[in-house]
Amino acid sequence: MKSTPLFWALVAGVLFGFGLSLSAMIRPEVVLSFLRFKDFGLLLVLGGAVTVALLAFQLAPRLLDKPFFGQAFAKHPSTLNTRTIGGAAIFGIGWGLCGVCPGPAIAGLGSGNWPLLAALVAIFAGAWVQGRFFGR
Amino acid sequence: MGQFFPNGIAHYLAGGLIIGAAVGLLFVTTGLIGGMSTVYSSTWSFFSNHPFFQWENLVGSREWRLAYAAGLVLGGAIWLVWLGAGTWQTGVPIWQLVLGGFLVGFGARLSNGCTSGHGICGMASLQLPSLLAVLTFLATGIVTAQLVAWMGGH
Repeated sequence: MKSTPLFWALVAGVLFGFGLSLSAMIRPEVVLSFLRFKDFGLLLVLGGAVTVALLAFQLAPRLLDKPFFGQAFAKHPSTLNTRTIGGAAIFGIGWGLCGVCPGPAIAGLGSGNWPLLAALVAIFAGAWVQGRFFGR
Repeated sequence: MGQFFPNGIAHYLAGGLIIGAAVGLLFVTTGLIGGMSTVYSSTWSFFSNHPFFQWENLVGSREWRLAYAAGLVLGGAIWLVWLGAGTWQTGVPIWQLVLGGFLVGFGARLSNGCTSGHGICGMASLQLPSLLAVLTFLATGIVTAQLVAWMGGH
């Protein structure tokens, strides 16, 4: 049974990576052109993704006792505090500087966008410093 | 419309719907919430004995998160082979990728979410803190990107 979530995570990841590539989010230039108000496509990507995920997150727990191949539906944990908002502010500064988010840094490698490897390594380094010195 | 979407809208919408379907599929099959930034912390649990990285939430999810990340690479490769017009490399300077990436990793993990964690999963869970996080990183992202362009950067 332990391999079941791994299988579905892999399948969902393939879909996710394909969607990120199709929507050009793996191109930092496209993300930066949104942040500079030159192409608002990112809002369509976000809007489309939230709409479908909203349906799944809101309907599935009401219609099903438990996930098809799992024990229980998890909840997204978010709390309103200075870490959540301060971290988001720092994330945004980095995002505006490089145009890369955590997902596209991974999916972009599959599409042969090798310079994203630098961003990927840097994201891992940032996550390590956060956990090592600011984790709790 | 054209002035806001000079590169069209179809691929943006289709890609967004597929991303939503991916997060929805993971949730309906396994009950898991598929934000992307946690894998950057949970993978360190293989290498670091520091208590933060040995937290059960990270250790307990590190395997499926890696499978999810492997899927992302595979999905990007399938797109390249199927629809991509050859490989393409970003022209964003390496110092921006490295410095920006570091802040992205640090900030997303401090905030416990990124564009997919807060932006997609958090908002789809109707979480007010996630909405505020999204508005915050949109604001600082827009200011930063405009400043970089104003200073003549990429």
